[in-house]
Amino acid sequence: MISGDDNHASPESAQASSRSSLTIAGGSGRGVAVPKIIRKVSLGRRAFSIAGWALTSLGVGLMVLLVGSILWTVFVGGWSAMSPSLFTTVTQGTGGGLLNAIEGTAVLSVGALLLAVPLGVAAGVYVAEYRYSRWARAIRFVADVLVGVPSIVLGYFGYVTMVEGLGWNFSVAAGCIVLAVMCLPYITRSTEFALGELPDALREAAYALGMSERRVILRVCLPAAMPGVLTGVMLALAISVGETAPLLYTAGWSNYMWDGHLTHSPIGFLTYAIWTFYSEPFSSAVALAYAAAFLVTAFVFIINILSRYIMTRERI
Amino acid sequence: MSFRSISFKPMRFKTWMAVIAGGVPASLAAIILFLVIYSWPAAHVNGIGFIFRDTWNIGNVYANPIQVNGVTIMPGARYGILFLIAGTLLSSLIALLLAVPVGVGAAIFLAEVVRGKLRTVMSVIVELFAAIPSVVYGLWGYVVLVPLLGHHVYPFMAKTLSWLPFFGGLPGSGYGLLTAGIVLAMMIVPLIASILRDALISQPAALREAAMALGATKFETVWRVLLPGTRTVLIGATILALGRALGETMAVLMVSGGALNYLPSNIYSPVSTMAAFIVSQLDSALQDPTQMAVRSLAEIALILLIISIGVNALARGILKVWSFAGNPAGAVQR
Repeated sequence: MISGDDNHASPESAQASSRSSLTIAGGSGRGVAVPKIIRKVSLGRRAFSIAGWALTSLGVGLMVLLVGSILWTVFVGGWSAMSPSLFTTVTQGTGGGLLNAIEGTAVLSVGALLLAVPLGVAAGVYVAEYRYSRWARAIRFVADVLVGVPSIVLGYFGYVTMVEGLGWNFSVAAGCIVLAVMCLPYITRSTEFALGELPDALREAAYALGMSERRVILRVCLPAAMPGVLTGVMLALAISVGETAPLLYTAGWSNYMWDGHLTHSPIGFLTYAIWTFYSEPFSSAVALAYAAAFLVTAFVFIINILSRYIMTRERI
Repeated sequence: MSFRSISFKPMRFKTWMAVIAGGVPASLAAIILFLVIYSWPAAHVNGIGFIFRDTWNIGNVYANPIQVNGVTIMPGARYGILFLIAGTLLSSLIALLLAVPVGVGAAIFLAEVVRGKLRTVMSVIVELFAAIPSVVYGLWGYVVLVPLLGHHVYPFMAKTLSWLPFFGGLPGSGYGLLTAGIVLAMMIVPLIASILRDALISQPAALREAAMALGATKFETVWRVLLPGTRTVLIGATILALGRALGETMAVLMVSGGALNYLPSNIYSPVSTMAAFIVSQLDSALQDPTQMAVRSLAEIALILLIISIGVNALARGILKVWSFAGNPAGAVQR
């Protein structure tokens, strides 16, 4: 019955079975008469069920339609805006290419990960392996709350403290730090989750071999939990690439390639190109916005599907 | 004290980890602390009226600064964010009203209608909604949604629904409260749908069997038996989604029309939200040499932060379980 695939909500089968109450069970060949379920569902209840399923399907259908519309807009618009010069030239006013933005997004994301991964994995290890300590529970709670902090608040915090307070101006360092704070809770929680999934027998076996606590965690548990940790890191990468608000007032924007300075020099990034060019009256600018949207969305989707693949492969 | 007298005992691994893990609460504490410090003078001048006034005026930036309550501000400067609070709360409320039914429907569909591979594929599609970057939603809203609503849907709605309060009046240009609500709803549906789907799937089989044994149809089983059992999860997921909607920035900024200093008169009116306003106003706020405008923006950020922390803490308290729903790596985590 749990499978629920016998379709007893359908009116035809209900009526058919009420006419002949005793039938031979579906071709089992043993000749044992098994009473079929007699079901008389009133018209009102039947209508309620049909309407219910119709509305649920409508909800999903609406979502599929909207997602399709977004993807159509981005990929069709973006594809027609694709050209080799996008990847070879920098932005010039309202035209040119996106090389500077692509480089900037890569620099900012990698920088954010370099900061967030060690910290986040360590925090995740602590929260998972010492999960009964009060500090671990506090950190888990704070990580959950940090996920909910609006990205623009993080961006403004970065502006106030680093861009203004420390006088770094719009810079790679400020952008990376803000993105890292944003990614931190995701890496922490996915590391914790991956470690929490491991069987305790693994740890017991390692301890029984005389390993120290540090070796058990770093050499046994963490490698075993690597797919989960990696998923968290990829999630963080997707977030860094797709974010706009925290970078607007920390990384700034630059039409040129990054000069290698961590502070005092702004850097371009792809989502800024979308945000600044989408409503320009020049078709070259709009094409840049579409191309950037295409690149960002495609990248985020690939990361998303790749991380799912890693997780499911690990489960099997 | 001589340096030698300190004994350098090697720290235990656990202590090291505890200290490094402290980076997580430290970053939240730093965000709160610096926003409080930075916005303190603004809070002092603006007072409690900040959240009840309807004016955002950075004053005459070419005049000489004056002293108010011991703080230097520009003459005529007056800060109030009632219109932002209204815009933020109303757009999030509309988003919830739209997203909860669709999310519940999608959750039922994913949990009860499709199975196996198809369920995975459908779940991925639903969660791809959450993977799309905010600014791409904004782009789509600008290109597709705003023209469609502004030219066809809103004029029609304003005509036929004029008897409903807030549905009549000028249909506007397509940028406005309802458009922002629709885009926000799209962004939070996957969160509600995937959390609720998992809750439905994990309902005890005995409940289902009992309902079936009583002769309930499949939909009655879902609607009358299984769904009430997930009420807490639905409330938690809804609050979590509210937190996300309140802080959403780019997409709202690009479709909301950006109202300044007035409250929405109907659901088609342009609005601004707190998050979007911070982005749209920083450039002009920087014109204020006394920094009061920038500090007032920090006060908005602080209020938004406190609201989000409260909402998220509440949702986590209700849900009690971490969920990766609504994030690119989605449900595979659970």
